[in-house]
Amino acid sequence: MFDNSISKLVNWLDTRYNISPVKTFIQHKKVPVHKFSFFYYLGGITLFLFIVQVITGIMLLMYYKPGEDSAFESVRFIVTEVNFGWLIRNVHSWSANLMLLFAFAHMFSVFFTKAYEKPRELTWVSGMILLIMAMGFGFSGYLLPWNELAFFATKVGTDIVGVVPFIGDTLKEVLRGGDDVTGATLSRFYGIHVAILPLFTTIFLVMHLFFVQKQGMHEPASFKKIPEEKKRYTPFFPNFALKDALLWIIVLNILIFLALIFPWELGLKADPFASAPAGIKPEWYFMFMFQTLKFIPAHVLFIEGEILGVLVFGLAGLMWMLVPFVKVKAKAGAKIQLMTIIGIVIVAFIVIMTILGYLE
Amino acid sequence: MPLNRRKFINSLLGIGGLGGLVTIIYPALSFLKPPKLAKPNVNSVKAGSALGFPANSSKIIKFGRKPVILVKTAEGNFLALAGTCTHLDCIVQYKEDTKQIWCACHNGVYDLNGRNVSGPPPRALDNYTVKVIKDEIIITTQAV
Repeated sequence: MFDNSISKLVNWLDTRYNISPVKTFIQHKKVPVHKFSFFYYLGGITLFLFIVQVITGIMLLMYYKPGEDSAFESVRFIVTEVNFGWLIRNVHSWSANLMLLFAFAHMFSVFFTKAYEKPRELTWVSGMILLIMAMGFGFSGYLLPWNELAFFATKVGTDIVGVVPFIGDTLKEVLRGGDDVTGATLSRFYGIHVAILPLFTTIFLVMHLFFVQKQGMHEPASFKKIPEEKKRYTPFFPNFALKDALLWIIVLNILIFLALIFPWELGLKADPFASAPAGIKPEWYFMFMFQTLKFIPAHVLFIEGEILGVLVFGLAGLMWMLVPFVKVKAKAGAKIQLMTIIGIVIVAFIVIMTILGYLE
Repeated sequence: MPLNRRKFINSLLGIGGLGGLVTIIYPALSFLKPPKLAKPNVNSVKAGSALGFPANSSKIIKFGRKPVILVKTAEGNFLALAGTCTHLDCIVQYKEDTKQIWCACHNGVYDLNGRNVSGPPPRALDNYTVKVIKDEIIITTQAV
């Protein structure tokens, strides 16, 4: 009965819009099976957590009031008075963190399997843009509860922007909506968080997903070497899609567990005339940069330490984004390729700096 | 001949279009740059009673729109320094144990003259003058 009505609906649509190409596409989409197949799920989990962010974010919008005198109070109202408000806010915060975690995992899995190589250069670039925007989401959303930690994190973060040569000062002023972090900054961050970033994220996400569908799943070098008749594939629909769905349900459960057991504190309301509290730390995904800045001395030769740090990180980020366009000759005899070594060094640097940041 | 006419019209349209684009982008970008607010011209503020201020402690004072850190040393002398760390804009605090000015954000340390002693701060903190008149603490900007 149910099957019958679905095929009736499909037929109805098909006679009007010719959806048979979509049907053929779904029927033929396949996923390679090999020892790294698990990597194929990481992007999907990131996407799932993004969907959770959109839903919980829209829900929080119903009660959140931006403004120096209302932001903190409205978040306090959400977590203390609103039915399940605490749950929605905790899920939003945890999902944001997990989304970034999975985005990083997704990025490095793509890097180490060299999935960014021709013809997938633009998938990598659009993914990097999405990651940068996800960090922008994190940074702007962090300020919205207008608490002490957020206030100083924003002061530091926007002040760093100010050291960028030539345009830094203007950029900082535009971000802050004035010379200092005030209610004007909160208004801007709110606009960035709920309008500007969602718009551009949607555009780049659609591009990213379109590229992936158009080109199909990447096959790692070890898989490509297998003779054609011995390659194993699993159909995307329904096999892979169902596994995807199962994993999403597991991630949802982890998310709810974290939100219940480890709630996010609201802290004290921001006070522009109070000292920065001891033990202040940025979000973990900014920690490695924060920690590196601590190690750079005030002056290196004739450059201020901060400017050097920002320039190095900016340049490194740009090179990372342009990795698919860098031609590195693969050494035939080498056990480990140069790009893999670079990747391991970068991961080691990020991990060590992050751990150091939390040990202090 | 018709090709040339087409080229001419195209470049005319191109220039016109570019001009039109500028007239849209310029106001939009200018809109994003916040207008300069009149700065309150503050040269001195009162900071309460000198006797009621415990020795070896500090307080952040609102000096116009800027924070200033007012310290009463263990010896009972008052001093005031700009409260904003020269490193990345955090607000500093007085460490009672080491008798130094400390910034929690990146571990910057200044001595009580405002000199950057260790950590990342690139410059010293500005000094303010503190006077006590009839038990009232008065902080003023230093005459340059």
